[in-house]
Amino acid sequence: MRGRENRNLLLMVAPAIIVGAAFFLLPLARLAVVGATGKLGLAAYTAVVTNPQYFEALASTIVLSVTVTVATLVIAGITGVFLERNHFFGREALISMLTLPLAFPGVVVGFMVIMLAGRTGLIGELTTYFGAGRLVFAYSIAGLFTGYIYFSIPRVILTIMAAAEKLDPALEEAAKSLGANPWRVIVDVILPALKPALIASGAVCFATSMGAFGTAFTLATDIKVLPIVIYTEFTLLANIALAAALSMVLGVITWATLAACRVAAGSTAAAAG
Amino acid sequence: MNGKAGTAIRLADCAKTFPNGTRALERTSLEMRGGETVVFLGPSGCGKTTLLRVIAGLESPDPGGRVYFDDEDVTNLPIERRNVGMVFQSYALFPNMNVADNIAYGLKVHGVAPDKRARRVDEMLEMMQIGELRERRITELSGGQRQRVALARAIAVQPRVLLLDEPLTALDALLRERLRIEIDVLLHSLGITAAYVTHDQGEAMAIGDRVAVINKGAIVQTGTPREIYYKPASSFVADFIGTMNRVDGTLRDGSLELPGGRIFWGQEGSGAMQVLFRPNDARIVPEAGAPLRGVVEQVFFLGDRTRLHVTGVADRAVVVETTEHGEFQVGQAIGLRIEPGALLRLRD
Ligand SMILES: Nc1ncnc2c1ncn2[C@@H]1O[C@H](COP(=O)(O)OP(=O)(O)OP(=O)(O)O)[C@@H](O)[C@H]1O
Ligand SMILES: [Mg+2]
Repeated sequence: MRGRENRNLLLMVAPAIIVGAAFFLLPLARLAVVGATGKLGLAAYTAVVTNPQYFEALASTIVLSVTVTVATLVIAGITGVFLERNHFFGREALISMLTLPLAFPGVVVGFMVIMLAGRTGLIGELTTYFGAGRLVFAYSIAGLFTGYIYFSIPRVILTIMAAAEKLDPALEEAAKSLGANPWRVIVDVILPALKPALIASGAVCFATSMGAFGTAFTLATDIKVLPIVIYTEFTLLANIALAAALSMVLGVITWATLAACRVAAGSTAAAAG
Repeated sequence: MNGKAGTAIRLADCAKTFPNGTRALERTSLEMRGGETVVFLGPSGCGKTTLLRVIAGLESPDPGGRVYFDDEDVTNLPIERRNVGMVFQSYALFPNMNVADNIAYGLKVHGVAPDKRARRVDEMLEMMQIGELRERRITELSGGQRQRVALARAIAVQPRVLLLDEPLTALDALLRERLRIEIDVLLHSLGITAAYVTHDQGEAMAIGDRVAVINKGAIVQTGTPREIYYKPASSFVADFIGTMNRVDGTLRDGSLELPGGRIFWGQEGSGAMQVLFRPNDARIVPEAGAPLRGVVEQVFFLGDRTRLHVTGVADRAVVVETTEHGEFQVGQAIGLRIEPGALLRLRD
């Protein structure tokens, strides 16, 4: 009886396995092989660490992604809880505006950063007008940071709002009745309850930032992020093996981070019941 | 336990209107003596929780209302500085902490040293007889166990006042009965002032030193359970608490005349009127020579007592309860005697 159910289940998921293998695992395996069979051989994989140029790109990509993730969680966390709790005129409009960036490709986001903080950007015009000189930061790490934050916020804010909706107000009132001030209520009650949502949306935010290409490409910044390096190696230098190896490294790091987050979220979800 | 008498609570002209215009509480003034348990009883939506939240400091009363703990005006004191213990219907235990950490939370917030904290937690676990649950996760507890932990957590900080909002409503009948007795013993041994909200009149009668009956946002009567039961001030109170017979009769020459006979009442006046009495105030007597006569229409055996519906006594069937062991047959003719003092006339 049980065996038959298992067999039926297997039959049902078989198409998914086949499609998954064809479109995901096979190219991935091919990529891994290509990476190891260039003129550098397996050394292409270690080049990420040994070659200062690649290593710097990897490091700055990780630093940028972590910073963007933390900043996004703080901003979207506070905003999400606020929007969930306060009903004011224009709230719906504000929410749909905050989620607008979901519709834009990275190139458009980069374009918007240039219009905001580029050489003829709005911020530059304003600072010039007030006699503070022309402030331009679109092409620096600050520009990247701005663009990444912009497309990260909506992904996090919606998850946080959904989680904040499920917060039990009685828990906060119980903590207060026991003498907890508002700050302690946040630390002891609200954050633990939001933790699974913060981890899950933070992981998505990190992965998106690690792999983001369009924004960085448009801004053509002075710092190189890994996706841009991969593009350059592949398209301009035809260094296919190295591009494949770098892609694998990028993928593995991101995948490992996501997996670690899932484990962490799983244990807190179990702890929170 | 802490030796001193509990904190007296006084509400002066407290009303509550919510921003959406709902008037949840009419202007209410109320005094609770130190160490007293006052039960707030009323139907759903009558404003019980709102009243409790005003005492707690979770809602502020409309302008003009004041809340006093002893002689201290706490109206503008936020809940975290009022030192009140709260017990919620939903328990509201912290899911990210185990039982011991839940109980210790208030002590931790108050900056009590870890060793002193641990001793107090032990004390509470023992008092609530849940020592073996110490390290359990909240999700691994039954409803009754959760409620004990919630009580322990609220009491651990030795609050000035304990506020309980339908603490037993989510439990099954048997457990409710047992915990009700435990809470009653606990409140009196602690000597703490307690406000207890319920819509269950049995619970109110058992736990309250005094009961305040609430209807549509206003306290309509306050008194001991006995006063509320036997001397209801209005037909709302009479109907809300227990079963009340309500019959039409005529007062003539100091006697009340009913279709089934007459009872000497000794009241002034005359004319038609409505009279009330409790089912257990009508005693069953032999039919011959009885002041009132009727016929048994239905019999309900309830274990500790028997409930009869009797026709012929009044214009409608009356409910009579007896603890006698005798058997009653449907159609049997019986006599009833009601002491004059048990008859009630309401002003409204
Ligand atoms: N935050 C609020 N905003 C608006 N109206 C409210 C709010 N809280 C309660 N009310 C309304 O005030 C009235 C009294 O509510 P309250 O919760 O005090 O009733 P209750 O007696 O505790 O009822 P129950 O037995 O169902 O818990 C109700 O009509 C309710 O809808
Ligand atoms: Mg209520």
